[in-house]
Amino acid sequence: MSMWKHHAIFEKNTFILLVGILIVVAIGGMVEILPLFYLKSTIETVEGMRPYTPLELAGRNIYVREGCYLCHSQMIRALRDEVERYGHYSLAAESKYDHPFQWGSKRTGPDLARVGGKYSDDWQRGHLTNPRSVVPGSVMPRYGFLADTPLDAKHIDDDMTVLAIEGVPYTPEMIAKASVDLKAQTMPDDPSVADLVKRYPKAVAHASLSKDVVTEQDALVAYLQMLGTLVDFKLYDDKANLR
Amino acid sequence: MALGEMIGIVLSLVGAFLALFIASRAYTAAYEFHMFVFALAGFGSAFFIFKRHSSMTEVAPQEINGKPNYNYGPIKFASLAAVFWGIAGFLVGLIVALELAFPDLSMGLEWINFGRLRPLHTSAVIFAFGGNVLLATSMYVVQRTCRARLAGDLSPWFVILGYNLFIVIAGTGYLLGITQGKEYAEPEWYSDLWLTIVWVCYLLVFMATLWKRKEPHIYVANWFTLAFIVTIAMLHLGNNASIPVSIFSPKSYIVWSGVQDAMFQWWYGHNAVGFFLTAGFLAIMYYFVPKRAERPVYSYRLSIIHFWALIFMYIWAGPHHLHYTALPDWAQTLGMTFSIMLWMPSWGGMINGLLTLSGAWDKLRTDPVLRMLVVSVAFYGMSTFEGPLMSIKVVNSLSHYTDWTIGHVHSGALGWVGYVSFGALYCLIPWVYNRKLYSLKLVNWHFWISTIGIVLYITAMWVSGILQGLMWRAYTSSGFLEYSFIETVEAMHPFYVIRALGGGLFLVGALIMAYNFYKTIASPELVEAPEANPALAPAE
Repeated sequence: MSMWKHHAIFEKNTFILLVGILIVVAIGGMVEILPLFYLKSTIETVEGMRPYTPLELAGRNIYVREGCYLCHSQMIRALRDEVERYGHYSLAAESKYDHPFQWGSKRTGPDLARVGGKYSDDWQRGHLTNPRSVVPGSVMPRYGFLADTPLDAKHIDDDMTVLAIEGVPYTPEMIAKASVDLKAQTMPDDPSVADLVKRYPKAVAHASLSKDVVTEQDALVAYLQMLGTLVDFKLYDDKANLR
Repeated sequence: MALGEMIGIVLSLVGAFLALFIASRAYTAAYEFHMFVFALAGFGSAFFIFKRHSSMTEVAPQEINGKPNYNYGPIKFASLAAVFWGIAGFLVGLIVALELAFPDLSMGLEWINFGRLRPLHTSAVIFAFGGNVLLATSMYVVQRTCRARLAGDLSPWFVILGYNLFIVIAGTGYLLGITQGKEYAEPEWYSDLWLTIVWVCYLLVFMATLWKRKEPHIYVANWFTLAFIVTIAMLHLGNNASIPVSIFSPKSYIVWSGVQDAMFQWWYGHNAVGFFLTAGFLAIMYYFVPKRAERPVYSYRLSIIHFWALIFMYIWAGPHHLHYTALPDWAQTLGMTFSIMLWMPSWGGMINGLLTLSGAWDKLRTDPVLRMLVVSVAFYGMSTFEGPLMSIKVVNSLSHYTDWTIGHVHSGALGWVGYVSFGALYCLIPWVYNRKLYSLKLVNWHFWISTIGIVLYITAMWVSGILQGLMWRAYTSSGFLEYSFIETVEAMHPFYVIRALGGGLFLVGALIMAYNFYKTIASPELVEAPEANPALAPAE
């Protein structure tokens, strides 16, 4: 068959082989990825989404650092048992400010997309320090060191600046007030909490165990307790974005 | 002094001083440590280039007596590094497996908690072990099939040593909590940048060697290697696009977010499997299986179809990691469709590999190295059948988020990638060191012990994965969910113990291999090149 002899052009020219490979491997990605940036139906419009507060962002960075995503998903699939177990299925809009996304791929532990408010702060702290003290059969590692480690958030405004460049709607005011807001979220009775909530609606302050130092555990608890709390699904209209 | 050597020394010193400057203002101690490692590597490399220059009497000739003067130095290093990192990676895998069975094993120490060790395990086995195997074999195969000495003098060494420096930075980073939180792409921006430089150099060395070839045609193994190098570069750049918080900070933020980041991640993640763990290792299959069996590749035309169909279709399969999620349905369906179609080129490749043994099947009884290579191709066939099955949405609704995925990955990783690598190393190390392999009997022990390990591992994960998936969706007769989450976790315990046992056996096999290599290299050099007459054991 003569068709096969034409393949020799790839076998005899390194450069043509290289270009051929590049074209062939580029197609799939382009077709699947590029439309996600311009098809409006990819990310529906929902009320309530806002960027993370500085403390929540710092907590999220600890979540990423400790590799929590390797055992916990943050993506409730549109399946009956998942919706009954974890709550409303996850919307694309709910992770639109997540750099990187933390949907996860494995549930050695339960999904955390809507864990916020499900347990008390005390439960969360106790569970992080020793998971088996509240859930005897748990296989989660102990994260007691988080309570002893002061949060390093000196540069949190730099983090927010970078995220703003990447499209997260942090205003210059939010960035300027970053460290004030961070501290405010650990003092529920302080008047500065009102300012924080004005900038970040639905933000909840969580009392720090120590008055002077904000710990990594404080930040992680603030993050966990806000997960899935922003969109009010009593008001969410799942037909609104149909087209 | 040659121009290349001068450039090498200057760049090494500039890099070292830059690293010291960054270290002096680093935001975190871990980042400062990494910059010191870079600085040490820079000064070390300048010193060794200088030392090498002063001890070398003449430039290595391209040919000796009309025969190509192959460059085996970097290959030797990468082969031994592969053995070392393989054992390290399997050991960390065993530790994380035990941590899941006995969670207090880590004693709550942050450096060895599951969340930090798991990326260390995956990176060590995929990128450190697999990567060094690919570097070693590709540099060997390209020289032999082009009948030309590896291009460059210092650059092959830069590729090998630079790549292993990347491994050290990435691995120690995980333990210290430096990660960008994307599976199989955890290294932060500065390690990614370093890897990019090394990878471009790898591409250039490989291409330049192809240009020097004395054969008119580029051999099929080299097509696969070239596709692997180029595509990994594309995936690496796309998935790791990020902005660092500061040049003095290890932290960066990925420019993509949410659903787009998810798609980028699994476009990358699935094709790290497709191009790193498949295309690269298929290149090994296409060289080492025919070579060891002393038979030509079964079908040239099948190779052509296999190659183009495989690299075209693999890229599309990523969305099957995101079934029923917030990724749009059209993308999920597209991903599923291509994953199922991918079964065909995968099995085409398997058939091409297996039927290469036509007329040489008897060697499976006498040559345990060939047996390892052939069984790896059989495992490839098995896991590339299981993969398309799991990509079907209804199957995936059960298997996703469970250990079934882990079992699937390991049938491919231990059975295919592991065995084809071991088989290739059992050929390669005696060849490049010009030694006789110390013991075929030990290869046999390695084969059987690790096969039992793989079987234990995979079956434990099949049972635990399907069990947990079914428990999650079980309802009582009155319509309530039957099991709490923690009940499904508790049910996993026996399977986690069996899995750790399987992983332990696989590690024992690798230790036997390392001993075999130690004895091989310690034995006296052969007068005649060994690949001419592979030694055979008596049939059983």
